[in-house]
Amino acid sequence: MSAAIPLNEREDRFQGYRGPARDALERHAIGVWSEVEIVNDRDSLFKGVILPRSETFDDLHIVVKLFNGYNVGVEASRIRTAVETGYRKAVYRIPEKAFPSDYRKRNVTLLGTGGTIASRLDYRTGAVIPAFTPGELYGAVPELADIANMDTKKLFGVFSENMGPEQYKALALAIGDEIAKGVDGIVVGHGTDTMSHTGAILSFMVQNSPVPIVLVGSQRSSDRPSSDAALNLMNAVRTAAECDIAEVMLCMFGPTSDNYDLLHRGTRCRKMHSSYRSTFRTIGATPLATVSREKNERGSHFTYLTDDILRRDKTRVPVINPAFEEKVTIQYYYPNFNPDIIDGLSDMGYRGLVIAGTGLGHINKPLYPAVKRAIQKGMTVVMTVQTIWGYAQMYVYDTGRDLLNLGIIPMDNMLPETAYMKLAWVLGQTEDPKRIREMLLTPVNHEITPREPHNGYLVLQGGLPEVEAFIGQHWK
Amino acid sequence: MIEKLDYQSAGLISGLEVHQQLLTDHKLFCRCPAGLYTRTHDGEVLRHMRPTLSELGEYDGTALMEFKTKKEIIYLLNHLNVCTYEMDDTPPFLVNQEAIDVAIELCLAMGMDIIDEVHIARKQYLDGSIPTGFQRTAIVGMNGGMPFHGRTLSVTHVSIEEDSCREVSDKGHRIVWRTDRLGMPLTETVTGPDLRTPQEVRDAITLCGLLARSTGRVRTGIGASRQDVNVSVRGGSRVEIKGVPKAAWAVKLVHNEAVRQVNLLRLRDELQRRGWTEPGHVRTHVCDVTDVFQGVDLGFMQRAIRGGGRIFAVRLEGGLGLAQWPTQPETTFLDELSGRIRVIACLDEAPIVLSGQQMPEFPLKHRTVERLRRKLRMADNDDYFIVFGPEADCRTAAEEIRLRFVDALKGVPQETRQSLAGGFTTFERILPGPDRMYPDTDSPPTRITADRVAAARARMRPTPWERFHTYGAWGVPPETTEYLIRRGGVNLVDAVVRLTGADGLLAAVEIGQRAKALHRKGLPVERLGEAEWVQIFDLYTGGRIPREGIQMLAAHMAANPGQSALGAMEALRIGIQPREAWSRELNGLSMEDYRIDKGDSDGKRLRFLAGRAMKMLLGRAPARDVAEYLRTRLTQEASR
Repeated sequence: MSAAIPLNEREDRFQGYRGPARDALERHAIGVWSEVEIVNDRDSLFKGVILPRSETFDDLHIVVKLFNGYNVGVEASRIRTAVETGYRKAVYRIPEKAFPSDYRKRNVTLLGTGGTIASRLDYRTGAVIPAFTPGELYGAVPELADIANMDTKKLFGVFSENMGPEQYKALALAIGDEIAKGVDGIVVGHGTDTMSHTGAILSFMVQNSPVPIVLVGSQRSSDRPSSDAALNLMNAVRTAAECDIAEVMLCMFGPTSDNYDLLHRGTRCRKMHSSYRSTFRTIGATPLATVSREKNERGSHFTYLTDDILRRDKTRVPVINPAFEEKVTIQYYYPNFNPDIIDGLSDMGYRGLVIAGTGLGHINKPLYPAVKRAIQKGMTVVMTVQTIWGYAQMYVYDTGRDLLNLGIIPMDNMLPETAYMKLAWVLGQTEDPKRIREMLLTPVNHEITPREPHNGYLVLQGGLPEVEAFIGQHWK
Repeated sequence: MIEKLDYQSAGLISGLEVHQQLLTDHKLFCRCPAGLYTRTHDGEVLRHMRPTLSELGEYDGTALMEFKTKKEIIYLLNHLNVCTYEMDDTPPFLVNQEAIDVAIELCLAMGMDIIDEVHIARKQYLDGSIPTGFQRTAIVGMNGGMPFHGRTLSVTHVSIEEDSCREVSDKGHRIVWRTDRLGMPLTETVTGPDLRTPQEVRDAITLCGLLARSTGRVRTGIGASRQDVNVSVRGGSRVEIKGVPKAAWAVKLVHNEAVRQVNLLRLRDELQRRGWTEPGHVRTHVCDVTDVFQGVDLGFMQRAIRGGGRIFAVRLEGGLGLAQWPTQPETTFLDELSGRIRVIACLDEAPIVLSGQQMPEFPLKHRTVERLRRKLRMADNDDYFIVFGPEADCRTAAEEIRLRFVDALKGVPQETRQSLAGGFTTFERILPGPDRMYPDTDSPPTRITADRVAAARARMRPTPWERFHTYGAWGVPPETTEYLIRRGGVNLVDAVVRLTGADGLLAAVEIGQRAKALHRKGLPVERLGEAEWVQIFDLYTGGRIPREGIQMLAAHMAANPGQSALGAMEALRIGIQPREAWSRELNGLSMEDYRIDKGDSDGKRLRFLAGRAMKMLLGRAPARDVAEYLRTRLTQEASR
């Protein structure tokens, strides 16, 4: 709450309002955050607070949050009288409580990139205000104090889709700094849309980590009572503090129920549903482990699903290599894909191209000359599969063999987005074609695996009786 | 303890929140079918609810209470009626415009002002009844009213909202919900606090129901309309009685709640007399007394101990007799405590809570109670309470006992109470405030243009009060009009009167009373639509069938779908014949079997003959003509 500021001194008086709606605010000497009594041409009385208006809405209505809690849009041209009875500006602040410190607990640093993994809600606008300092975090998710001691660093405030080379480099360096300080684990708060992209690039930029590096986000924002954010955050902090896997991982819901999180390897997972909680899936392998709030029958919060992991070892020295070539692209092949596109990329000086081809890694013949020209100009062209699961095996059909002859490098079972990150990272370090090929095909952390276990391909096909029975019993 | 109450002097005030399911094909925010209920499930999801921090960094009271219960929430899913939206794995689709149109019609019927731009808000519920943790809702109209008991019952607003889950079970820390009903569109009609007696509440519920029905666009049947009744007395507080299923139930529920509030206010006075005026005066002492009851032969206690639970006692200083304070004819303040404990501490094993004054009988009771009193350091004017179950829950319960006495200092706590059979209620949750509402950032607003409102107005059907007026002028009894509105028959009557010129009273009686009798006999007369009834009445007004033919055709057509009225007339071989034709048949009419033991008269003989004649000529001659013919014949015979 704040004292009334004179109308003409309120900077946000017309926030989001244009045209007739703005004129009405002007005419009636009211504005955003005014407590008002508005009477319209049918003598209906609206008592409430005027809210800012979204820029994307029309310019005809004024939004009032009524004192009964509902919002309504009042048509500006219907307003007969409007009186300001008070002024109440929203205060965007999260209550801070000192995060308790316990020498028996491990130390975890949370690096923020801009996701709202913990937040407070502005009840009037519905806006979400991210919690960030340890104190804010403790105010929002007090359970964290039972798990670890926490420090936080806000690196940037960007949406997931705005993450890019600059942020990747800064993040890798920040992780290096934290490791050097001796923390027991690192959590990176991240929007989910490009979380696996970041997971992949960090796997290349930060190698040989002594401690876990855990990316975490939420599919239902933390302003909702049913949010997955708090549980994800608790599980991620626990993973950073206690898990034995010192790799770059994503920690997100396993099933859609509030049950356990899966730890996915940064190079091997993908967001597979636009909105489901359990959207991240490990592709072509099994996840590394599960982590839950409750302990399992062996008294651990973790159930490891594989032995093939890099174990926590605080004596290990990490290698931070934040290289990134920006002139790299990814193209999803489709019938009628026009060769112009590849020529154009080549003309624009692109140094790397990841193709997501059909089947085992194919594109059609009309593209061959363009690909040949591009490779001759020095572009590295690599092949992945748009089936997502499976290997690019280009020696099986004539088409594939032709492409190999053109100089396209098959990426085996590397995921297209991971291949993009790896190509950018490799091209950021060398121009030598031999070295490029060698680096691409030498796995850093399971981005290529020699074999695919039969349970690494699991797409449950609902509707089938046996799948329904399974879902009914286990998919909770 | 009072049972009779002068509502006026008690200052009884009541208002309604009427929830009505709308007859739409799909749910409000997704494309799932609406109204498809299932009893089985093919998936289950487990969730928890966390309160979200409010603007001042505090939690809404209800939210906090519901969080304290730490429930595991299970949703039962059936792929036939639930998609990823209801299970909160997909954001909402754009709001169902058909539902908004129905709401607009309902608003117009109550003379309301339609909101220019409808904004979706979220209303938090942490009991799990909605998987998102909030209900999406929006005001569509405000500032209206209905003619009621010679005055106006004000209607503050009508909102559109999504229906919640159906509870399957609630035991301990686990609550199970079925999701089929979830997301179906509802309107909520909120009246002003204008009702003054339980009977008015009942009548207002009935009127709201009739209004909804008269739109022809709402669902009917069990659970399709549910009302919350807000009740307070002077000095009391708003208490919401939730889920009143029938108008008639409201009378006892409202009366009992008024009585409860008056008695709680008297308890407040008693507490003041004892010098309890502020929370610090409520002094409780919590003690684990499992050892005292270790070997005691009380099944519920032994079950609790065997299950790893504890037995806790709460000593209330100077609290002697308070738990026995009567609140309603069959309830005391102890029921207030047990309601809170059951919901908030999740202790639901009967008897939930015992008071020192009402310990059950068991062997060696005297010795046990003595030990207990010593352990609790009981003074003469103290009372104690016993709870049993998991330790954490016992501690929550002990705190709730203290909090409920703190609330008693102010009289009546604001709360939502669940309605039970027999006119009683039990604590459901603390009444939430406006703080639990915030804008739904997932949904854009919907502009309601003047054209759209005009189109809705053109679709509108007459309101109940307009119907009562018109039909009353025709001479139709109000009960018949009410029945016709309720069953949708008014639209048939209106069409028949408009299109065939039939007499309004006759049409209303034939469709509203006689057809009802056919329905009772099991004939599906509801199959007959406007076209069928108009055909039937055309034959009647055209003089082709007598009045009793109306029901004969209706019955035949109901039993034989697709048959026209003419076809039915031929099949039944009815239709008015020339007088010469039917009068010939009456030549053989005799007075055989006529009983004169209870007297004899011309009138009686005429009625006897007419009865026989009409049976012979069923559907082929107008009753009035037959009676006249027989009267003439009897007169001729007598004069012969």
